[in-house]
Amino acid sequence: MARGLLWVAGVLVALFLVAPIVAILPLSFSAGSFLFYPLPGLSLRWYQDFFSSDFWLPTLWNSLIIGSAAAGLATLLGTPAAFGLWRMKGAARAVAMGVVLAPMVVPVIVIAVALLLAFGPIGLVATYTGMIIAHAALGAPFVVVTVLAALEGFDPVQLRAAAACGAGPLRAFFRVCLPQITPGVAAGAVFAFATSLDEVVIALFIAGPAQRTLPRQMFAGLNESISLTTAAASAMLVALSVVLLLVVAWLQGRGKRASG
Amino acid sequence: MDGEIGRGQSPLRFHRAMNRPALLTAPLLLFLLVTFIAPIGAFLWRGVTDTEVAEVLPRTVAALADWNGQSTPDEAAFAALVADLRAARERDRETGAGSIPRAAARLNADYPGFRGLLPMTTRRIAAPFEGSARDTLLVISEEWRAPETWGAIHRAGGPLSSFHVLTALDLRQDAAGHIAPVPDNQAVFRAVLLRSLWISLTVTACCLLLGWPIAWLIATAQGWKATALLAAVMLPFWISLIVRTAAWMVLLQREGIVNAALEALGVPGTPLPLIMNRFAVVLAMVHILLPFMVLPLVAAFRALDPRLPRAAASLGAAPWRVFLRVTLPLCLPGIGAGCILVFIQALGFYVTPALLGGPNDQMLAWFVGFYATRSVNWGLAAALSMLLLVAVGLCVALYGRLAGFRRPGAA
Repeated sequence: MARGLLWVAGVLVALFLVAPIVAILPLSFSAGSFLFYPLPGLSLRWYQDFFSSDFWLPTLWNSLIIGSAAAGLATLLGTPAAFGLWRMKGAARAVAMGVVLAPMVVPVIVIAVALLLAFGPIGLVATYTGMIIAHAALGAPFVVVTVLAALEGFDPVQLRAAAACGAGPLRAFFRVCLPQITPGVAAGAVFAFATSLDEVVIALFIAGPAQRTLPRQMFAGLNESISLTTAAASAMLVALSVVLLLVVAWLQGRGKRASG
Repeated sequence: MDGEIGRGQSPLRFHRAMNRPALLTAPLLLFLLVTFIAPIGAFLWRGVTDTEVAEVLPRTVAALADWNGQSTPDEAAFAALVADLRAARERDRETGAGSIPRAAARLNADYPGFRGLLPMTTRRIAAPFEGSARDTLLVISEEWRAPETWGAIHRAGGPLSSFHVLTALDLRQDAAGHIAPVPDNQAVFRAVLLRSLWISLTVTACCLLLGWPIAWLIATAQGWKATALLAAVMLPFWISLIVRTAAWMVLLQREGIVNAALEALGVPGTPLPLIMNRFAVVLAMVHILLPFMVLPLVAAFRALDPRLPRAAASLGAAPWRVFLRVTLPLCLPGIGAGCILVFIQALGFYVTPALLGGPNDQMLAWFVGFYATRSVNWGLAAALSMLLLVAVGLCVALYGRLAGFRRPGAA
């Protein structure tokens, strides 16, 4: 009886989580121009609109370019940092960890406004470089956390064995450690990319019209009047998110197999 | 022997253990120092300093250093003001910089009227005049007789200043140095702070209430059912915040799906105003933050040893007693962690209230953005950011005590 009620509540909550997203996706295939059911017919006109628009299509490219570059930079900096943190101990580790995780906790608005102030005089506002740097700082903690988790399954004795066989520390890292934690590193990069793809506030404050990302353009679209092109943009972001989720699930499966 | 070898190796081992790992973290730490910590530090610094007025009125600020704040200052201060304004006017003309309007804007924030008073006074004293500076200025404007006018300059003299922080707390310092609350009709920010805390608290409570049953089921159910529920939590977790906000806009708008459904059901009063209000903000925020509650709850419930509540029940405790005395205390750290995780993120929300809320539903983050860009009052934006960061910092400290920072995955 109590268990039955629990299930009713649980399923309702699951519906609450999923239904709003599922409800708006079919609208993007509407042949009409209202955000309304029943659909007057099916068509791809809003996707055509998206891909032929000078407002929307460039923002998709911007999101992909900035996201990839930021994820690359975050991974390049985050992976060695995670390896270092894994070997560090005591107060130094706690302080370094605090600094590395801070971008996860500090409200984005504070970061956005601070960067607007700092980037202004050095000409980084309204540039790709500025956006990439900002998003890399935001994504780096996710890389560190994910790689650290992957390192949990790595036995440090192997490094000593590598050293005993004459490998220097760098060689040991690249030849012994990195191959085993690659799924974790890749998952970290995907997390960093997803963070950039999700980010609106920094783009709102420091991106110029030329660097507008897809979520930033959606914010503008929602602020004016919601068009069905916005719905099509939403559907594409959802599709991208699902792809990323599947990639991470696949990587985590591989990571488990690698360590287990 | 062993001990000696150990000691002999220890410096080398120490270097291996400490320096190399630190070197590996150095690039990221350096990167974050330059792109994250330094910019935020420089921004927050503006909240406790004042530069605009000292730049334009250095002599006046110096002349007011020993002023008592009670009466109109003496001729020296008036003469200093005239000299300062003439010099600044020359400088602005040569460089094209608007230092006088900037100083006027800063003073206006403290004492309304300055935005006009300072440029007007500058124009009127540009030409040489006969007689004392004091008499001339008092003819130009009676405002120069009021101690409060000079008090504003005195307070803005810098370099350190409590003005922005006090403003963010709806407090004000008068010319004599007493700190008092601003009149109720001018108080803004305490209400904003309370509103932000209240919205975050409501969202956290709703997330706990909704998250509990589904987390319990995920932790205890078997097979595909648990997987399906977990997928229902993880999918929205991955989907962009802006998409989820957009979804609620589409559902809740005046001609939206929810209103159409309500009308079809014959609910009176349709279309209901479901958007641009507190209800829409809280609803969407709960939807966005619920996964952050569910995941720690699942971890806490999974870690719970099911034999303990069973033991309590077999010893004769009623179900509510088992829950209150055994289950709840055992899960409390996980529950606390989930609540704080949701609360911290809720406090900093910007996009969702901006799109789904009305003017009275905007939170601290919106005001930080507003003062930084639209009214270019960096000092106040920084002071408000400090409020936000203090609140977040307290929560993080609490989280550290509850969940511990040992497991990196927990953060």
